[in-house]
Amino acid sequence: MKSRFFNKVEKFNGTFTQLEENNRRWEKLYRQRWAHDKVVRTTHGVNCTGSCSWNVYVKQGIITWEHQATDYPSCGANIPGYEPRGCPRGASFSWYEYSPVRIKYPYIRGRLWEMWSAAKKEHENLLDAWASIVEDPKKAKEYKSVRGHGGLVRVHRDEALELIAAACLYTIKKYGPDRIGGFTPIPAMSMMSFSAGARFIALLGGEQMSFYDWYADLPPASPQIWGEQTDVPESAEWYNSSYIIMWGSNVPLTRTPDAHFMTEARYKGAKVVAVSPDYAENVKFADDWLAPHPGSDSAVAQAMTYVILDEFYQKHPVDRFINYSKQYTDLPFAVELEPSVANADHLTAGRFVRINDLVADDTIVNPAWKTVVYDKNSHQFVVPNGTMGQKYDPKEKWNLELKDAAGNSINPALSITESGDVSQAVIDFPAFSNDGNDVVVRHIPVRKIQFADGQEHLVTNVYDLMMAQMGINRTGHDELAAKDAHDANSYFTPAWQESRSGVKADQVIQIAREFAQNAAENDGASMVIMGGGVNHWFNADMNYRTIINMLMLCGCIGKTGGGWAHYVGQEKLRPQEGWANITFANDWEKGGARQMQGTTWYYFATDQWRYEEIDNQAQKSPVWKSKHSYLHNADYNQLAIRLGWLPSYPQFNRNPLSFAKDYQTTDIVKISQRVVDELKKGSLHFAAEDPDASENQPKAFFLWRSNLFASSGKGAEYFMKHLLGAENGLLAKPNDRRKPEEMVWHDKAAVGKLDLVVDMDFRMVSTPMYSDVVLPAATWYEKKDLSSTDMHPFIHPFNDAISPMWESKSDWQQFKLLAKTFSQMAAKYYPGTHYDLKSAPLGHDTPGEIAQPYGDVKDWKKGEVEPVPGKTMPSLKLVPRDYSQVYDKFITLGPNVVNNYPYDVQDQYDYLKDMNGTADQGVGAGCPLLDEDEKVCDAILRMSTASNGKLADRAWHKKEQQTGEHLTDIGRGHADDVMSFKKITAQPQEAYPTPIGTSAKHGGDRYTPFSLMTERKIPNRTLTGREQFYLDHEVFREFGEGLATYKPSLPPIVMAPSDTDVQPAKKEITLKYMTPHGKWNIHTMYYDNLEMLTLFRGVPTVWMSPEDAEKIDIKDNDWVEAYNRNGVVTARAVVSVRMPKGSMYMYHAQDNEIYEPLSTITGNRGGSHNAPTQIHVKPTHMVGGYGQLSYAWNYYGPTGNQRDLYVNVRKLKKVNWSED
Amino acid sequence: MKIKAQIGMVLNLDKCIGCHTCSVTCKNTWTNRPGAEYMWFNNVETKPGVGYPKRWEDEDKYHGGWTLNAKGKLQLRAGNKLNKIALGKIFYNNDMPEMDNYYEPWTYDYKTLFGPERKHQPVARPKSQVTGETMELKTGPNWDDDLAGSTEYVHQDPNMQKIESDIKNNFKQAFMMYLPRLCEHCLNAPCVASCPSGAMYKRDEDGIVLVDQERCRGWRFCMTGCPYKKVYFNWRTHKAEKCTFCYPRIEEGQPTVCAETCVGRIRYIGALLYDADRVEEAASTPDESKLYEAQLRLFLDPNDPKVVKQALKDGISEEMIEAAQKSPIYKMAVEEKIAFPLHPEYRTMPMVWYIPPLSPVMSYFEGRDSIKNPEMIFPGIDQMRIPVQYLASLLTGGNVPLVKNALYKLAMMRLYMRAKTSGQDFDTSKLERVGLTEASATSLYRLLAIAKYEDRFVIPRSQKAELEDAQSEQGGLGYDECEGCALAPQHTSMFKKAEAGKSTNEIYAESFYGGIWRD
Repeated sequence: MKSRFFNKVEKFNGTFTQLEENNRRWEKLYRQRWAHDKVVRTTHGVNCTGSCSWNVYVKQGIITWEHQATDYPSCGANIPGYEPRGCPRGASFSWYEYSPVRIKYPYIRGRLWEMWSAAKKEHENLLDAWASIVEDPKKAKEYKSVRGHGGLVRVHRDEALELIAAACLYTIKKYGPDRIGGFTPIPAMSMMSFSAGARFIALLGGEQMSFYDWYADLPPASPQIWGEQTDVPESAEWYNSSYIIMWGSNVPLTRTPDAHFMTEARYKGAKVVAVSPDYAENVKFADDWLAPHPGSDSAVAQAMTYVILDEFYQKHPVDRFINYSKQYTDLPFAVELEPSVANADHLTAGRFVRINDLVADDTIVNPAWKTVVYDKNSHQFVVPNGTMGQKYDPKEKWNLELKDAAGNSINPALSITESGDVSQAVIDFPAFSNDGNDVVVRHIPVRKIQFADGQEHLVTNVYDLMMAQMGINRTGHDELAAKDAHDANSYFTPAWQESRSGVKADQVIQIAREFAQNAAENDGASMVIMGGGVNHWFNADMNYRTIINMLMLCGCIGKTGGGWAHYVGQEKLRPQEGWANITFANDWEKGGARQMQGTTWYYFATDQWRYEEIDNQAQKSPVWKSKHSYLHNADYNQLAIRLGWLPSYPQFNRNPLSFAKDYQTTDIVKISQRVVDELKKGSLHFAAEDPDASENQPKAFFLWRSNLFASSGKGAEYFMKHLLGAENGLLAKPNDRRKPEEMVWHDKAAVGKLDLVVDMDFRMVSTPMYSDVVLPAATWYEKKDLSSTDMHPFIHPFNDAISPMWESKSDWQQFKLLAKTFSQMAAKYYPGTHYDLKSAPLGHDTPGEIAQPYGDVKDWKKGEVEPVPGKTMPSLKLVPRDYSQVYDKFITLGPNVVNNYPYDVQDQYDYLKDMNGTADQGVGAGCPLLDEDEKVCDAILRMSTASNGKLADRAWHKKEQQTGEHLTDIGRGHADDVMSFKKITAQPQEAYPTPIGTSAKHGGDRYTPFSLMTERKIPNRTLTGREQFYLDHEVFREFGEGLATYKPSLPPIVMAPSDTDVQPAKKEITLKYMTPHGKWNIHTMYYDNLEMLTLFRGVPTVWMSPEDAEKIDIKDNDWVEAYNRNGVVTARAVVSVRMPKGSMYMYHAQDNEIYEPLSTITGNRGGSHNAPTQIHVKPTHMVGGYGQLSYAWNYYGPTGNQRDLYVNVRKLKKVNWSED
Repeated sequence: MKIKAQIGMVLNLDKCIGCHTCSVTCKNTWTNRPGAEYMWFNNVETKPGVGYPKRWEDEDKYHGGWTLNAKGKLQLRAGNKLNKIALGKIFYNNDMPEMDNYYEPWTYDYKTLFGPERKHQPVARPKSQVTGETMELKTGPNWDDDLAGSTEYVHQDPNMQKIESDIKNNFKQAFMMYLPRLCEHCLNAPCVASCPSGAMYKRDEDGIVLVDQERCRGWRFCMTGCPYKKVYFNWRTHKAEKCTFCYPRIEEGQPTVCAETCVGRIRYIGALLYDADRVEEAASTPDESKLYEAQLRLFLDPNDPKVVKQALKDGISEEMIEAAQKSPIYKMAVEEKIAFPLHPEYRTMPMVWYIPPLSPVMSYFEGRDSIKNPEMIFPGIDQMRIPVQYLASLLTGGNVPLVKNALYKLAMMRLYMRAKTSGQDFDTSKLERVGLTEASATSLYRLLAIAKYEDRFVIPRSQKAELEDAQSEQGGLGYDECEGCALAPQHTSMFKKAEAGKSTNEIYAESFYGGIWRD
């Protein structure tokens, strides 16, 4: 206090304030904290779609903190910028760097290590040593049964790599390379790290699991409607919208860095509506809130569609909507009617009419793939441009000009009534309910036409089907139509939906009107941001298709500020071509990689197929029956495998390396014939027909960048039991009352199928804990890589702010070292070239998609057709494999890469040789090097159209030739630009416009998916070449999903009759169990992070309503136990008015290694959020070989949906930690 | 008149997504160290809720801020400094929040996960960072996030108790908003007035309130004095610490960490000029609901030539004056009056301002037809889920019309912009009704929606050359730590020789080279 007396003091503010002149040198204290030595641009490799650029601050060699980069290129003067992108989770990442969860060294499961060490002493040959352990049931059980219980021991990296290499080689030699699997999520978030393991596995011939469909993030509706995996607007494009519905998408939580575009669009006048069953964070921003019961969204959307059709098509037709529908959708396409099975004198929707139905003309190319519209100019049915038939007709320009084959202008009739000669018929539509399905009877206009077969057929079109389904009263006196929107007795009206969703009819009418009116006035600028809340359901495609119907009817798709905006884990990998070549080793052998559909692999490998309780009969249409009908969903999967719809690895019940050897030929034609014969005879089987047979099981599994067992592993306890053989909380028993027809049933299923689980991670979470070998991975701040997303248009890098600490390495370096060890061992134990017979499904965007016409199922196994590889069954290919060359191939970009582009890329490949240097020995001598991380990144950028404008320009030229439409101007602005790793490190670069997407936007405009369609007349890759309201494949019609409709969520099953008895609790309730994405973690990432745990409750939590909590005497923060047949989870209750009655949220993804007590029911550790979940495969997702319904990896396939679940909830009687 | 400059902040709660990025980046930069574990210079609260520390707004308990005594004279609610010393309160402070009011910081027993084989899968349990003991988690710094435990916490929110509404705490009427909080850097800072050691001060050049870490004696009266509970006690150093408004960044013209890293883009930083001679008078306004307007009257129009002249005379830099003229804070708080101080009734004249949030209507408007009547496309302010009284309790000392006017302005701006962007007619007289013109509505729209980095953050750099001996600092900065370092022992002899009159050349010749070769 003394100093004050001697310093000058000035008083003011009366005498209330005094100015002192004390020494302020101490202020340097915080300045010194702020001072830092360098700032490094990097990002986070987490599966969140954010792809935010971050600056990491390094001070004296220590990473101290991270802040967001703010230097993104501008979106222009009239749109908010992208800075700063980020979220609290990303901001907490630096905690991991020096944290106690960091994996610093290689580890091996102690018990396995002891056996391996002993076996090596006994066996000179390492493969024999491995066999002596895994082929001995007692030894195998000994180390598998303690997986997850701790007891990992530190080893030298070389020792770990030796064990892995021996296990892989043994498996390849004995069972085949397709018994080795690999899983890592979403590449875009750190694409080169993804490539590392995938390239290694591709070179072996193992299978790489898909993820997008497995996560149930893939919206099957997108390929169904557009023939497009997913293409969505960047988030800045929201700002161009004037009406935004957030439907099942909690934008502030799951799209944290993008949310501001939504909040800001409101100031520009956009109205925002939230559709969410709970008072979610995004509801705060909405002008209106609709709260439908969980899973009833398709009822709401159907009712909105009723309003749109009734008011904007029937009563006050909007020209804009009608013109859009006629040119860009399948509404005017003719559909044949068939007799209904529900009512003898009624009809039901059949398949699209094709040109060869109408005329017999041998000169027409692909006539079964040319669908027709009624042309008001020529007064006849014609094939408009753009159908799938024209796509594969080299003589034709494939586009959406309204012209016929002769080049005459056509004017499609929106309704068949415009063709003049129509009559009225009665048609049945299916309607679904958990109380029993129903038949909707309506009037429909039809036209009688003589087909080429000489018979008279009844024909209508998709528009008339839609109008009839909705019950729009078109004549004014239609007693089968809805009276009006308030007619609760007529299916799909706003009043009807109220009984399903609980949302007031008037509110639905109001929002539907506003939505359509806005689109009419603002050129389609009505948008639906849709997400996991509607996509993670078994019948997600019904939710999506009904919502997308609204967007198509209002002409919003392909329009600035309009359309669907699906954001569920999609992540656009922008530099795609270069990445794919490297990842799947197509540079060495095109098509040599096995790309497996994740969901079905897990479905069989974890034996969840044996526990099916869902009655799929309730999912089927009461108005149309298929000859190829099964009761068990696994049978559909077998059908899909043998007809070439879905991939299936492990492939056959035989080593794929054995065929060429056994048949003593490398002639694929001869081999194919023998395989076909053996399949027909039954001497050869698909492995999936008997997944429990030892020779059909997967044996080794690689995980990297992934926490599969806790994060995406739906049916976690089935994984634990059948795949790992570990302790588990599975309460279900196999259902032998409903066995599949086409599969082998063992009374005792296999337990612990995997011999070896290898994981690379930087944090000790459940997957490394349950793995046998754990390798320490470099963190995102310790390596180089690339990042992109569809939320923003930029490509930007990871960089090593510091060198990888302890013994950690980047994924690329880790797999490179493994490849080296493996190759050396192969030269010793398994030298020479081996021929791998590889099967593959009929591929999307290949001629395979016109292999199986009319959407008819023709099963060779039933003798309906001959098995022809690549036509009626999977294609077959022989891939030579020299395992001693894996390393040499891994570290060089193979010369075949130049053949994998439909245009010349040789100059760019040659440039890479100078840029990266070339290998001087081995099979890759003279090829560009990929031995260092930065070189791989540069190779990806150089060989991709989104990052190399020269290639983009060539790609646009190619597309021009194919379509006859002017396109090259789109890429012209970047025709000379090329990105490099150093360039994107200096500043994130906006991806160049490329035809691999569907946007025609350029010159600073925001990315608008499908604007290539609306602005440049580029067709969709669908049967009709247009957006499709209608799907006529047999399986779709069997399931009543020809047109989109309302399907309720699956009926509640907590425990099945034969499952383990659970002692009843005094107070217990059944709740819907949902796992929406949480606020404090991205999957399990950050869930163990102290900062994130501190910012909420630091414990596994479940959210429930006060009403439900009261029923079982639960207060906020009490421990509860939630269980069903799939497993048990223990957690603390969060009681909140935010929650609707009857539902429980356990936010995804709460791993069970943090603060998780034992279950009183199983006596084991309570599981993760995935313990009560289970895989439900949906047969319509398996359809292939038919137009847009054709397989591509991550593009189509059954989703690993996890919403249609129920749990019983009770108080946790005793909190036991069991720490012995 | 005595003109002072103040750096202030506006947070647009209508845009806040409640993500807590600000809290995390701030914590990692400033309080991620022993002694500071529980400190969140910046935190985000869900309202209604109890906040951090719990029920900090309950001044009947904590006695923070100012009050008027019987004579209408401003005094600290907890009593003035002399009083404390005289009554010996300095040794026992009754009003101090305790650890439980914040939370006991914890970590986890992560090493178990690497441990030996066990009967069941190992888990990491929480343990206290204070005692190291295993603990059960019962509270934390953001325990009632997103209405978590609303059954326990909503009715404990002092604002809920104050508005005495009939709002039911149920699903149908649920409402929430987010309130990010940092030090208010008050014009009338009670922490400064409370400090017996004179360690707390408000910087003359920018108004940032700091705790001198050399002078602080750890009495902690600042913690009580601050009604926002934004001064913390470091248990390692036994000194008070608080938000520094990131002065090392502000001095360089950079925004605070919380503002720069705000992904909702809700934060704005800028300068204001105010009349420091009238602070006491304004803070003494008897009617609590008039304090906000009294505070507004302190701010001076930076474009008024008289103000500029006086400001220059009072030592305000030209750069500061220019910044004040372009200040987004001045525009939103003073000109448009859409931003408000937090709890003006504390009489602290806080300098962190909040734009109140719009929110969905309680229920849909029966019979409303937005197609025929486009204005009805947005919900009415009176039907908002967040009760306006609640906002008034937070931001205007209970003055409801003031909050409503701000919300009307935001809503009208949206309507105007909707008409403008969709090419429809708009009756501009409606703008006038809420105090807007076409030009001001457009410029407000750009500021709220588009504002780029440099529009959100208008920060004058500090005049280092004025403050320090810049030329010697140019070469000397960073060597500070070596002040007082001992000379290497072998060189002391040289200094003795120099003192003894030997020339530099001689010393150089015999000892420097000699130092290399002699041994």
